[in-house]
This record gives sequence, C-alpha cells and structure tokens, in this order.
Amino acid sequence: MSQPVTNTTARADVIIIGGGIMGAATAFFARQRGLSVILLERDLVGQYASGTNFGNVRRQGRFLPQLPLANRSRALWDDLPRLIGENVEFLPSGHVRVAFKAEDSARLEKYAQDCKPYGLELELYSGRKAVERFPMLAADVDCASFSPLDGHANPRLAAPAFGRAARRAGATVREGAEVSNITRTAEDFVVETADGLRFTAPLLQISSGAWGQKMAAAFGENLPLTPKAPQMGVTEPVPYRIHPVIGYASWVEEEGVYLRQVERGNIVFGGGLRGTVDLNTKRAQLNPLNTVRQMPHLERILPDFARLRIIRTWTGIEGYTDDDLPVMGPSARVPGLYYAFGFCGHGFQLGPGVGATMADLLATGKTEIPLEPFSIARFAAPVSL
Amino acid sequence: MDKPVVIVVGAGPAGTRAAQTLTQAGLRPIVLDENRQQGGQIYRRQPENFVRPASKLYGASARSATALHTAFAELLPHIEYRPETLAWGVVDQQVLVEHNQRVEAIPYDALIIATGATDRIMPCPGWTLPGVFTLGGAQIALKAQACAVGAAPVFMGTGPLLYLVAWQYLKAGIKPRAVLDTSSLKTRIKGLRGLRHRPAILAQGVRYMAELMRAGVALHAGIQPVRIEERDDEDGLRVRGVTWRNSRGQLRHTVGDAVGMGYGLRSETQLADLLKCDFAFDPTSRQWLPVTDEDGATSQQGVYTAGDGAGIRGADGAEYAGALAALRCLADLGLTVSAQEVARLRKALEPMTAFRTGLETGFPWPWRNAASLPDETVICRCENVTAGDIRRAAGSLDAPELNRAKAFVRVGMGRCQGRMCGLAGAEVLAAARNIPIEQAGRIRSAAPIKPLPAKIRGIMT
Repeated sequence: MSQPVTNTTARADVIIIGGGIMGAATAFFARQRGLSVILLERDLVGQYASGTNFGNVRRQGRFLPQLPLANRSRALWDDLPRLIGENVEFLPSGHVRVAFKAEDSARLEKYAQDCKPYGLELELYSGRKAVERFPMLAADVDCASFSPLDGHANPRLAAPAFGRAARRAGATVREGAEVSNITRTAEDFVVETADGLRFTAPLLQISSGAWGQKMAAAFGENLPLTPKAPQMGVTEPVPYRIHPVIGYASWVEEEGVYLRQVERGNIVFGGGLRGTVDLNTKRAQLNPLNTVRQMPHLERILPDFARLRIIRTWTGIEGYTDDDLPVMGPSARVPGLYYAFGFCGHGFQLGPGVGATMADLLATGKTEIPLEPFSIARFAAPVSL
Repeated sequence: MDKPVVIVVGAGPAGTRAAQTLTQAGLRPIVLDENRQQGGQIYRRQPENFVRPASKLYGASARSATALHTAFAELLPHIEYRPETLAWGVVDQQVLVEHNQRVEAIPYDALIIATGATDRIMPCPGWTLPGVFTLGGAQIALKAQACAVGAAPVFMGTGPLLYLVAWQYLKAGIKPRAVLDTSSLKTRIKGLRGLRHRPAILAQGVRYMAELMRAGVALHAGIQPVRIEERDDEDGLRVRGVTWRNSRGQLRHTVGDAVGMGYGLRSETQLADLLKCDFAFDPTSRQWLPVTDEDGATSQQGVYTAGDGAGIRGADGAEYAGALAALRCLADLGLTVSAQEVARLRKALEPMTAFRTGLETGFPWPWRNAASLPDETVICRCENVTAGDIRRAAGSLDAPELNRAKAFVRVGMGRCQGRMCGLAGAEVLAAARNIPIEQAGRIRSAAPIKPLPAKIRGIMT
C-alpha cells in the first residue's frame, strides 16, 4: 500500500498513527469529510488485534454508555459494502448469550431491561424455551439472551478493506512506517519515521492499540495499559448450521468462551484465559494448554462441539485498561491531539463507529456521540493546588 | 541427579538411530511416534496379519529396513515408546502430545526432532480428483495395505521416489501406464556431479528405470503437466488420464485410472518453528529449513533435528544424522561421547549431502510451472483456494507475502495448515508479484500441528 512520498516533508490536515481498524476507519471517514489524511502503519494494516480478534459484531453486554457508539457502528456495518466497496463477510445473524446459573441469568435479565432506553431490544428465553429456540445449545441452559441484529464479520478482511478504501478515497496510507519521533511546533505535529521521512499536520490521532500507552505518555498523559493475547482457535469445517454467535455468559474468566460458525463451515472460538505479550518483539505468547482448557466450556454451551477437531489456533496483541474501557476522544492536555486505542478486546464491532466519530471530532471538534466515559482525563492523577 | 529426559519425535530411520544412541549412553529416551508401528514412512510396516516378505515390501532397501526394525525391537525394553501419539505443540520446555484423545505435557531436557518429510506437490488442473495420490500415498497403499491406487496408474512428477514407486507397482503386478518426469535429461546430466557420490544408489535408480523400460513402461523426460483428465460415470468423478506436453512441446495424452504424483520431498519443520528455531532459505531445495550445524544442533539450546525433517538426505543419511544428533545432544548434556564416532558419522554424511545436491539439481522442483498455472487451478485443497485467488491476494489486495495472502484468501488455512500447498502457494505469489521466492515467506506454524480432537481429556501440568 505504500506510495512514494516525493517531498521530504509530507503535509496533511491529519496524521493518524496506527493502521488497525480504528485508524483505518478514521482515515476513511476523515476523507469522507474532506480532510487530507496520512495514515502511518508500522507493519501491515490490520495485522495485530484488528486482524486476529474473534470477529464479534456484538452490542449486547456492552457497558451501557457505550451503546450509542455501538449503535452508530452497527448501522455502518450494514452499509459497509456500499461505503468501502468490499464485502467483509458481515453476517447479521444474531448473538446469543447463554447462562447456566441463576445469578448469571439474573444479570442477563437486568441488562435486557437496562439497555432498552439505548434502543437495544433483546429477546430472553428461559429454560426449555431457550433450547427450543436454539436447539444446538445444551439442554440445561437456564437463560438465553438473544440480540437479533448483532452478528459477526471477518476481522482479517475488515481493517485492510478500510485501509484500501481510505486510499481509494485519497488518503496516503503508508505501511512499514514505524514512527520514531513525534514533536509539536507552534502550529503542527511533526512525525518522523524510522526510515527517515517527516510528516506534518495540525491534527494528530493516536490509534496504535496496545502501543498507545507509550505515545500518550510522550504527551504527558499516563495510563495503565496491559497488553494481552487473546486465545483464538478454529475447528475443521462442518455444514453451516449455527447462525448466531454464541457466548457463555459467565463471570468466571475461564468459562467466558464464545464461538461462531462462518459460512465456510469452520467454527471460530475464543475466550477464557489470555496469554502474555512482549510489546518490543511484537510477539504474543499463546499457551496451547489454554486451548485445551477452553474445550470443556465450549462443549458446555454447544455439546456437539466435542465431535469436531481443532485445526488451528492463533493470538494477537490487545491493549487493556484497568476499567475495561477504551481511550477515545481529545487529549486532555494537547490541542489537536486525539486518541482512539485500548479497546480492551471489544473494539472490533466499534471500529466503523469509532472511525466516523473520530472523523466528526477531527473535522469539527465535536460529535453527538457521548465520549466522556472514555476520556483519557479519567486516568490523570489529582492535581494538588 | 536424575537422568536427563530426552524426547525423540519420530520413529523412522533418524528417530530410531537417535534413540539407540541415547540408550547406549545409559539414557531412557521417550520416543513419540505418530504411526502405529515403528519404521517411519520409508520402512513403514505392514499390518500384523500381513505376511509379505521384506524383499517384496522394501525392494533393494530390504536389508536396511529389516536391520532398523530389528534394532528397534532390541531397543524397546530400554526406551519409553509411545505409538499413535501426536506431538502437537510445545510450551515451557514441554512437548504437548495427544494419544487416544488424551493430552499430556511431557517435560524434556533435550528434544530431537526426526519428523521426516512429505511429498512436495506442484498442483496442476485436476490434481484434486479422486484417484490422484501423492507418491507417498500410493506407496503407503501398496506397502501397508497391499492395495494399488488403480489398475492402470500413471506416475508423474520428479525425483527418485517417482521411479521407486513405479517400480514397486510393477513388482506388485500393476504395470504403470507411463512415468512422466518434469526433469529433462539435460538437468539430470548436471545432477550427476552430485549423484556420483553414491554410485550404489545411482545404480539402483538406473536399475529401476531399466526394469520399467524392459517391462514396456514408457519413461518420458522433460514433460510439462497440462491437466489430469476426469471422467464422470456411475462411480462418480474419477481419473481418466493425464494430458501433458513432451519435451518438444507436443500435446500428449496417457490413459489411466489413477495418478501418483510428487516432486521430491518437503521437510516437516513445524515443531522447530514452534520452538522458535532460526530458519534459513535453502536455495538448493527452495525451502525454508531450520538452521543447524553439521550435527543437527538448532539455534535453540537442547533442540536438535535429524533426518529428512531437516533437509532431505534420504533414509541412510537419516540413520547417520539421527545417531549424530543424539551424540551432540549427549555431549551438550555433559556426557562423554566418542570423538571418533562423531568424526565417522560426519564423514559418512558427506557424500549424502553431495548426493542430495545432485538430486535437487538433476530432478529439480519445477517451480516455474507455478507462474503458468491457469487461474482456476486449485492450490490449497483444504480451503479450495485457486491460483487465481492467490494472484488476487498478491495483486489487488497487495499481500506482500504468504501469511498475508492466507489472511485474505485462506490459502494454507485448512486442515493441513499449508503443509501441502505452502510451497506451491509461495511460488504462485512470488511469480505474481515478481519477487524472489524467499521474499514470499513461509506459512507460520501454529499449534496444533495436526488436527486435535475437541473432546480431549487433559493432564494439566
């Protein structure tokens, strides 16, 4: 995707650092709004968390104040083939959360009430009714919460498709562009890359995922961000029968597994324990024994899962904040600086919405989507006067 | 101090001789074998109730086969042998194995990887038809099950196995319809420089060819596969024959009901990859191989490779390499080894390395074919990914190397994890982008190396 930069310094309205789904979608929507855009991606667009995640396009179960953003994003998912000109295998086939314990069922019931004011309508099925509605589930399911308009998509395709669309729309998308230095002059951010190129813009967005912490710290904004490696896997293909995404609604980390069947027939699964990451070598350590640990829980929700074979596992590099919410919105300290990173393993669904919302901010300085809960200011140490 | 635990993965010629060498030093190695019985692919045994003599099963290698089987029988009380056991992953100095849907993590002090090789495949239109087998597959059918892949098989590809399997079929009473070799007489003459280092093996190959010719089997050199033809009758889709071009470019057709196909061998290197051993591109074989010293020590401490899994040197070479890797392992563990024996083994391997270069020169992987394969040719059969799909990944989707192409169009993403299609997929991508093959990369290995049952009961450590 790299294009030659003829001048020693390339200038644009906005520089976006990080070509995950957040950065790539922002680049696309910022172009839609007429901004000139330079997107700098250290490796390949969508290579880390954006390309390796489960592919959930799920709203139910999210932090309630995040639903306006998720709803905006959900609407965009429908529209993607037209917007970006590529099919990213989005299937709005619904999302089920299943509970086996009364206290977990009670949480599902409460959530189904609480999310209504945000325009999210869920269907609840108890006991026998749950199995009648979803016959693939284990017979002793206590409660199933169904979000009919959620679904799933192919994460390997989505971010690169946004990157290509941004480029077609006129953005400069540079892969293999590792940022080595960022400085700020009176009017501009100056971004230098390891291969000796310089880029300047009055606006800068940092959407470098698990690596965002270090860049924010360079602007005096510190936050705890822990990189983690999700535990993903996939079975051999079998006839396409399971349409909704299925998640195990348990608050025990090891039990929190989920699965989806793609039209090709494979069942993609993830969840449970996460692995460790070395941010310097860019390598995530997947513990294959954690794959073994996922099996009984996957079988618990989908008994026929036990008849299949696992053909592949993988992981990626995700950034987790302490409160499990992303960093999104303007810097609390530096004018013109914006953040969209640290989506704590649940950013994929939000991607298109984040892109559109960040483009609002970059183009106009404001957005109708409430972003206060995600402000980086929440991590600032109390200032003593 | 407890005796160190050494795990040997594989029980072919390399694994067996490695285990034997370890027992001679007083160790009790664990030998993991995917097969039901020791012997590997080359000296694979027939089922217990089959009674064909070794001379029928193994031809000119009967004596080596019997010797290896006998050596293993003597070894059995001194090793921990685990047949039908898949080494599917590694974690924290432990090998993860699966046997009868039971998972176990076995800690080790040293690991000798002797996982052998599989056929190397250059796809052509029709290669996924029922009735097309790899040469190795055609050989297993014959060796282990006393079955032929067809009554009138055509053997196509290149390399010594092509003639060996055709000859084995002939001896079993199945006359091959033709042997179609992509390597030309000219390249074979070039290969002689290396091949002459093992005159006995060379003579054996010449004998196979002569006997095939004497029996009226046509041997064609310098051919270009066009397509494997199909017929559709009450049995369903089957092979009808092979269309090919002769060395003068003329279109030819050979009628047959099955095809055995293979273009030399490719090393099974996934365990070394999971262990993060350094790899390097080997231009002779156009494959990525673990970097080792001459004794088989990899870049990772305590990890060794031996046999065809570390570069193809054949069965005899594998026996020497297995013993040598074990001696190196023992020395690294602080045990005394005979310097004389090490020197003898190194010396014995020299002609084999030269011979291997001769084979790769004389019977080269026809990598140039990848560029001209029609778009609709299936490359990745697990995921039904065509040459055209890979070209689209390389072109409009701008995948610079194979893993990115895999992410976009699923090449190498299926059951075999790219073990069958990875090399050809890389060639198609390299040709489409007009880049050197080493820049096209190799598919990253991931656990499980081979499919793992979801219904596993685990011993968790």
